[in-house]
Amino acid sequence: MSDPGLRTDLLVDVLKRAQARGASAADGFLIEEQHFSASVRLGQVDTVKHSRDQRLSLRVFAGRASAAASSSDLSRDSLERVVDEATALARVTAEDPHAGLPEPGELIQAVPDLQLEDTASAEPAPEAKIDLARQAEAAALASDPRMTNSEGAEYWDRRARYAYATSHGFARGYATSAFGLSVSPVASENGEMQRDYWYTAARHRGALEAPDAIGRIAAKRALRRLGARKVKTIEVPVIFDPDTAATLVRAIAGAASGPSLYRRASFLLDRLGKKIAAPSVTVVDDGLIPRALGSRPFDGEGLATRRTVVVGEGVLESYLLDSYSARKLGLASTHHASRDGSGVGVSTTNLVLQPGTATPEALIRSVKNGFYVTELIGFGINGVTGDFSKGAAGLWIDHGELAYPVAEVTVAGNLLEMLAAIEGIGNDLIMRDRTVAPTVLIGRMVVAGD
Amino acid sequence: MEDLARVRPDKFFADRFNVTPSLMERLLGSNLVGRVDDADIYLEYRVNEELVLEENVVKKASRHVSQGAGVRALSETRTGYAHTDDISLANLEEAARQARAIADRATTSGTLAVPGRGAAHDLYTLSETPIVTALERKLTLLRKVDAAARAADPRVSQVIASVSSEEVVMLIATASGWTIGDVRPLTRLNVTVIAEENGKREIGSWGGGGRVPFDFFLEGERWQHFAAEAARQAILKLHAIDAPAGAMTVVLGPGWPGILLHEAIGHGLEGDFNRKGVSAFAGRLGQKVASELVTVVDDGTIPNRRGSLNVDDEGTPTGRTVLIENGILTGYMQDRLNSRLMGMTATGNGRRESYAHPPMPRMTNTFMLAGQDDPADILRSVGRGLYAVAFGGGQVDITSGKFVFSASEAYLIENGQVGAPVKGATLIGNGPDALTHVSRVGHDLQMDEGVGTCGKEGQSVPVGVGLPTIRIDGMTVGGTQV
Repeated sequence: MSDPGLRTDLLVDVLKRAQARGASAADGFLIEEQHFSASVRLGQVDTVKHSRDQRLSLRVFAGRASAAASSSDLSRDSLERVVDEATALARVTAEDPHAGLPEPGELIQAVPDLQLEDTASAEPAPEAKIDLARQAEAAALASDPRMTNSEGAEYWDRRARYAYATSHGFARGYATSAFGLSVSPVASENGEMQRDYWYTAARHRGALEAPDAIGRIAAKRALRRLGARKVKTIEVPVIFDPDTAATLVRAIAGAASGPSLYRRASFLLDRLGKKIAAPSVTVVDDGLIPRALGSRPFDGEGLATRRTVVVGEGVLESYLLDSYSARKLGLASTHHASRDGSGVGVSTTNLVLQPGTATPEALIRSVKNGFYVTELIGFGINGVTGDFSKGAAGLWIDHGELAYPVAEVTVAGNLLEMLAAIEGIGNDLIMRDRTVAPTVLIGRMVVAGD
Repeated sequence: MEDLARVRPDKFFADRFNVTPSLMERLLGSNLVGRVDDADIYLEYRVNEELVLEENVVKKASRHVSQGAGVRALSETRTGYAHTDDISLANLEEAARQARAIADRATTSGTLAVPGRGAAHDLYTLSETPIVTALERKLTLLRKVDAAARAADPRVSQVIASVSSEEVVMLIATASGWTIGDVRPLTRLNVTVIAEENGKREIGSWGGGGRVPFDFFLEGERWQHFAAEAARQAILKLHAIDAPAGAMTVVLGPGWPGILLHEAIGHGLEGDFNRKGVSAFAGRLGQKVASELVTVVDDGTIPNRRGSLNVDDEGTPTGRTVLIENGILTGYMQDRLNSRLMGMTATGNGRRESYAHPPMPRMTNTFMLAGQDDPADILRSVGRGLYAVAFGGGQVDITSGKFVFSASEAYLIENGQVGAPVKGATLIGNGPDALTHVSRVGHDLQMDEGVGTCGKEGQSVPVGVGLPTIRIDGMTVGGTQV
């Protein structure tokens, strides 16, 4: 790993000041990032953005009372103010027996090189980056005469450096890069317009998929929505494509996360070690996959990232915990702490529903009358009960064939019942995002329409 | 801390960062004016504070400061945007250079932007701005909220109460020589309750606020109402039956259900989507898009509302824009860029999440005007349907016009009577025709309590909505009861 040149010295100074102001312990995270993005619409440059950002997040403890503060102003004056405000805040909060840093001995020793930063590829000129977006959009628009308009295509890149330090004297850091390209073309026919979207993202520039391919897929997705109709309300088998199936995986992670559990606001409460899904379901969170978008060498509390089986063959095997929620639940941290300005939370790394053996085509063929979902909209998940009700669009399955597009319907059920009713998992897993799934077939759900 | 509410934005940035309006104008003049169609420099200083009480323990106490400058250059449809979180002359010049580099590649259209005009409003000068109110007072209130929610019912098992406060100082200088600033307070009190009975758990939440002082929560024991409502909702849902599935008559209660308007028509009437021709409403000005009972406005000038602004984030004073008048589509919401390109007037709807984001057309407070009907009569007019009074979030696909919004408190209507509570369900409709099915409009217009946040292209801004009781004939309800 290249020396990230991190400003751990700045963090260490801030932590020293916090102790001098009476804090019994403190930790801090420093993020510095550079961002570039360029969007193109109908071949013309639309918006180009450049930025450089930094943020220092600090957590201080006064005994077992704690507070957080953050600032984007890293001048000495401002940082002194941040420290003073955080220590003042900590004094007004009450003691919480579960608050505190992880034990020094638990912190990561050697930071593994997960190849999260692209140090090899040369930095292209902005014009070359803009061209990638232009190519993606052009490929979408050229692929069919019904591709008539576009919301644009965007190229972006981001380089970031992270440093973490504790008042115990621990200080480590790492650097990352990420690159992405997306396009949102519009198809129209007989006065109807349909938009869809496709994208590629990677830690290394060379791993981005070809712009033409992204454009063609986006166009294909928009075109297949033309002529969409509502269907009669019915209970049928429902297949979620990989993008929409990832929504189910995110819902499991949300309910398995420490803060949801100790608040008793989770449909997975008291289910550790119990069956929560069909035996074909295995969900793994693995933060150590080299070059993956969700990988990180350590979590927001300096604990080494791991591979965690969340659901193994249908059984809930692990929750997702930071050290605070772990202590509250009488468990050990699973090293899933995340860090933002307001303190420490829980986040996943690369969260994956493991693939099955069936091809997506075979799953579709197995359904006589059902719904193949390609888009979900809205917020309709109740994390406490698992009740699920979302707007959906997709294609109707008639005798094992994708017959016609469907829109303005909802799919509804309860997540625990849905997970138990998973009858098939596709072999089509692609690691294109931080949370991914293959195609999933659920035996029965209610599709509401006319 | 210093009382930001008392500062003058121009003096604040001059004292703190040595950046004066004349310096900003000089920077615009030497770098941008004449080479581009429009340009601006936006300075922002923001302080946030959040206090969260859980299990009667302060779970989170945090304070964040962010500051920065965004420089924008516009030529024809092109936007160059650069921002820095280090407000200094050198960084502003570098940002201006980067912003110009992109806009420069185009020839300018020759049409200069219309300068900002009109005086800024004075909608939220407060006796005391919420960010400076003592922590002890806020924590005391949170403890009282916790106790009130627990006292409401023995089935209440968890209470999460939070109060967040924010103060933003902004100053914008535009290429047309218009410099204007604003100081914006914002606060919100939120209560979430988990209720348990025989192993069943449910969640209820309530909250409110606005550009108001902390004492707003104490007026008329408003905090007690929030705690009681959150507890009532959680307990009610413990016994909710499965929601029906399919098309049926829907009656929406007053206030927050106005999120219907935000999703069904609001986003579709933002200028950018219409200039690009990607909105389902593009080219439909003057056409009938709703029943004649329906008049919808977006009004950023209501005192102390969460969605209100004295000037928008481009320096244009906010206004009251009639979007739909008696069913006819009459207006779009515009920022400077899109109004210039469409030959329309900027309506004061140019908003951004922060200095790190370029502005775009956004809603402020969007609501339907009151009608004639008695809300009780509206309910009595329905044979079988759904009565929805509280909602979670919503979302829209601008291009197809399909939108959803999720009911968090709803009841069956049977023979004109409000019946059993049903589980949360998503409602789905088609923007351009959903409001044509509005058959009754109540006289009970209410604005929401002040909790709305709208997301668009990754930028969040505070907004408001409002609605009288309305009846919609035929909307799809996403329940599980076939």
